[in-house]
This record gives sequence, C-alpha cells and structure tokens, in this order.
Amino acid sequence: MKTLAIDTSTYALSIGLADGEILLAEQVTNVKKNHSVRVMPAIESLMKEVDLGPADLEKIVVANGPGSYTGVRIGVTIAKTLGWTLNIPVAAVSSLAALAASAPVTGGLVCPIFDARRGQVFTGLYRLVNGTVQTVIADQNILATAWCKQLLQQEETVLFVGQDSHMHEKAIMEEMGDAAVFAGAAVPYARPAALLALGKKLETDPAEVVPNYARLAEAEAKWIEANEKKAAGRE
Amino acid sequence: MKKDTYIFGIETSCDETAAAIVKNGIEIIASVVSSQIESHKRFGGVVPEIASRHHVEQIITVLNEALEQAGLTFKDMDAIAVTKGPGLVGALLIGVNAAKAIAFAHNLPLIGVHHIAGHIYANRLLEEMKFPLLSLVVSGGHTELVYMEKHGSFKVIGETRDDAAGEAYDKVARTLNLPYPGGPHIDRLAAKGQDAYALPRVRLEEGSYDFSFSGLKSAVINTVHNAEQRGEVIVPENLAASFQASVVEVLTEKTVRAAKEYNVKQVLLSGGVAANKGLRASLETAFSSVKEVQLIIPPLSLCTDNAAMIAAAGTILFEQGKRDGMEMNGHPGLDIEAF
Ligand SMILES: [Zn+2]
Repeated sequence: MKTLAIDTSTYALSIGLADGEILLAEQVTNVKKNHSVRVMPAIESLMKEVDLGPADLEKIVVANGPGSYTGVRIGVTIAKTLGWTLNIPVAAVSSLAALAASAPVTGGLVCPIFDARRGQVFTGLYRLVNGTVQTVIADQNILATAWCKQLLQQEETVLFVGQDSHMHEKAIMEEMGDAAVFAGAAVPYARPAALLALGKKLETDPAEVVPNYARLAEAEAKWIEANEKKAAGRE
Repeated sequence: MKKDTYIFGIETSCDETAAAIVKNGIEIIASVVSSQIESHKRFGGVVPEIASRHHVEQIITVLNEALEQAGLTFKDMDAIAVTKGPGLVGALLIGVNAAKAIAFAHNLPLIGVHHIAGHIYANRLLEEMKFPLLSLVVSGGHTELVYMEKHGSFKVIGETRDDAAGEAYDKVARTLNLPYPGGPHIDRLAAKGQDAYALPRVRLEEGSYDFSFSGLKSAVINTVHNAEQRGEVIVPENLAASFQASVVEVLTEKTVRAAKEYNVKQVLLSGGVAANKGLRASLETAFSSVKEVQLIIPPLSLCTDNAAMIAAAGTILFEQGKRDGMEMNGHPGLDIEAF
C-alpha cells in the first residue's frame, strides 16, 4: 500500500512515503518558514524522486494536531482533499503520539512537548511497549507545572521529547527532579516513519478528518465564560 | 469548433465556504455556498480563527456537492481557480491548499484569483462585458471604483480612505442596537423612514473619486449621543434613512461622474453591499437618464461571496495563460492592479 504522510503541526515540515513495510522516503526541514508555500512543492518533488504519481497513492496519513492551528489546518486540508479526490482513505494521527513514537527507546513513559506559550504546553503521556505506542494520558493543553504534578503520580521516570521541551526544562526539573529525563537534540521532531507506522491501522472518510486543536478558539472560550457568568448571576 | 471551458472555483476568503463550476466564463453549472454567519453572529462579527476552523470542517462537503450538482468530475475541468487574496489569511489558506491538492491530484492548471476581480466578474454570469467599463465595488471590506479597459485589466480610480461602506453600516447598526450583520437591517429600517437628520455628505476634494465614511459614522454616533443627553427619542427608521441617504448619494454621484468622464459603456455593481435596495434604486434612477451607459446589477446570490464569481474571473485568467505554481500562498492584502 503506497502511503503519503504529512506533518505540518510545528515548524518542522515532514513528508514521508512508504510502500507497505518499505519506507521509500523521509524528508524533514526544520526552519521557521511558511508551510503553505512549501508543503505541496515538497510533496510533489519527493514523490517524483521515488517515481510515484498522485494516482499511485492508496492512503494518506496526516498529523492532525495539536500544534500550530494554521500549520495543522494546512496539513489536514491537503490530506483530506487529496484523500477525497483520489478516493483513498485518510488516517489522522495525533501529532504528539507521532513525536512520542519517534523516541529511540523500546519501553517506558514518553512525554512529547509542544510549546503553547505563557507557560503552557500541548502534551500527552505515552507508553512505548515493544515498538507500539499506548496512550496513558490523552493529549491536552495545560500549564507545564500542573502537568508535571500529574506525571509524578505515575511514580516512574518520564522521557521528554521534542525541540520545545528545553523551553520548559527548568520548570519541569523543579517539579520532577530525577523523574524527568530529556532526550534533547536526539528527538527534535516526529519522524515521518513514526507517523506512517501509527497510521497503519487507522482509516477515516476524508471528509470527516478534522484538526484536534486541544484548545477552544480564544473568542469561543471568552464567549462561553461570559455565558456561564450570566447563568450564574441568574441563580 | 471551439471546445467548452470548464473552470472549478473555490472561495474561502471570509465566512463563506464556496465551490462552483462555470462553463465558458458565463454559465453557472453548479454553485454551492456554505455560510458560517450563524456561528459568528454571537460575536458580533467574523472571528478569523473560528472562520478558519469552519472552513477546514466544511471544505470537502462543499467541493463534493459542487461536483454532484454538475454531474461532472475533475476530468471534465480545464483548471482550478481559487481566491488567493485579499481576505483573512487563515481562511484563504484552506481554499488555496485544497485547490493545490486538487490541481496536483489531477494535473490541472492552478489559477489564483483576486477576490474583488471575482466580485466584478460575477456580472459576466449575467451579461457579457462591454469595455471600457466601470465597477462600483461595495462590500464589508471594500468601497472602490474600478475601471476596466479590457478583460483582466483593473485600475482603481477611487477607494475609501478609511472605513468601507459595509463597515460603516455595521458600526451604525451597532449604535442602533441592531444585530450583526447590520447592513440588511439598516436597509430595511431606512425603507420605512425619512431623511430627517441632517447628516453630512463627504465628497472630499473637487474631482476626487475617493470615499470617506468615518466622518458620517461619527455624525450618526453624535446624533444618538446628543439626543440621549437632551432626553430626546431617536427615530431609528429616520436615522437609518438619513445615514443610508448620505452613503447612497455619495456613491451614486461619484459613480455617475466617473462613468461620464471615462466614457464607459457599462457600469457594474459588485460586492455584498450591492444587495442594498436603497443603493440599487438610486443607481437605477441616476442611470435611467444616462442612456449611453448600461447599468448591470446582479441578483443577490451573485452579490455576496460565492465561488462562481471566482471561476468566472478565473476563466479569463485561464484564457490569458496566467498560471500559479504549487508555491502559491494566501495574500491578505493582495493588490488588484498587480495580481
Ligand atoms: Zn466579498
């Protein structure tokens, strides 16, 4: 099964191509440049490089967040449009799970980190078991310090991965001490191969694929808050 | 025999997700518009992040419906046309990237279209263009007089220096406690009222085709404020009528003057505010005595944002050989004279 994988949920632009168990190509560029301009040319040239045309594709795997809102939407839009118009399934994979699965370990707890500004992170907790990834705590948007308190309850060492994790290293070390280990530069972003592997068992109708933002739009959150206050005032 | 040209159009620049198929630049084969207005009403205006979220959710349903309406596939299409600007950048990117994916999948030419060029070309779905022509473009974000010497050539001879007419409508509507979007409410109230409040007509310097509506908007707010202080009751119908009379009078006068000076054969009304009954009636009256100029006013469905207009404008660009590459981006401030 010829599969294309796309991850644009962080600064890294990741494209992967596989034919069944064979990984044909992986391309990652890790620069702060405009995804909208670069993704389609990157897909086009990488597919050409391995002699694949759009009609050869049998499946698309996409990282559907959390991460940069705009970045996630670009990847999801391309994936679902390609899937729909080529009449092939799309697999939506957590961007954080793909990062966790990229850790060079075969077991233990792995915590992927994307910075979410103002001391917050997009994160989740995963356990690697014999090369598979299991969700321990679901993806969420949370203050790094509050998240560490949850991780401590696991009473186990946690491996932090992702290039944003160093931004929160100090706060995490203060909360967790020896229970926190950092992969550092070894695992800066998700490998397209990890995304391809995670997408293998998933399939969604392309029209149904949507981003997981793990956070309400700011205007929506404020609107809900204002309505709750109004409701509370009536009681 | 010349082969028919089918262009697939996509529009996501603001709060409508739209797709359409147009034949030979003049005939709508399919047109689908999914409006988000209900979702944005609670915020009193379009929230960009929420607009982008709706677009990515709706896009495939809308694209699919356009093909189904037409009973065609992308194999029948000659090119994909998409709005590349101006507009909300996050919203534009959904349409742009969907268009790129389709163009790549089916090896079709990709054509980026200017949103206002689309609004102007909506008129060609009604009546063939005769050059030179003048278009009065009035929408939520634009108030412009655009001169066209030939297909695909746009010269802005006048534009707003502050608020667009549509923005002034929304702000005045808020002052009168009318719900968003305010334009239709003002138009409806104005039809029932009299031009009883002496509001200014801002014509700017002699000979200018530019517009300014912020002074008028302030005059409305002051009128309401002063009445409150004096304990007087404002008659909303009359204030709406006075405001609309000022806007419509200035728009009509400048359009008629430009039409004569530039010796145009046609005047096309374009953009969402073109749905305004007061403006339509005023232009019709004014041009009824200018026999050499044909006035075209599109039906409401073609005034507001849609993708048929993008496909119509895209057809001309396609015929002129204009193409965009896979690196095409969304341009929130795209210039119509340079695109
Ligand atoms: Zn518009």
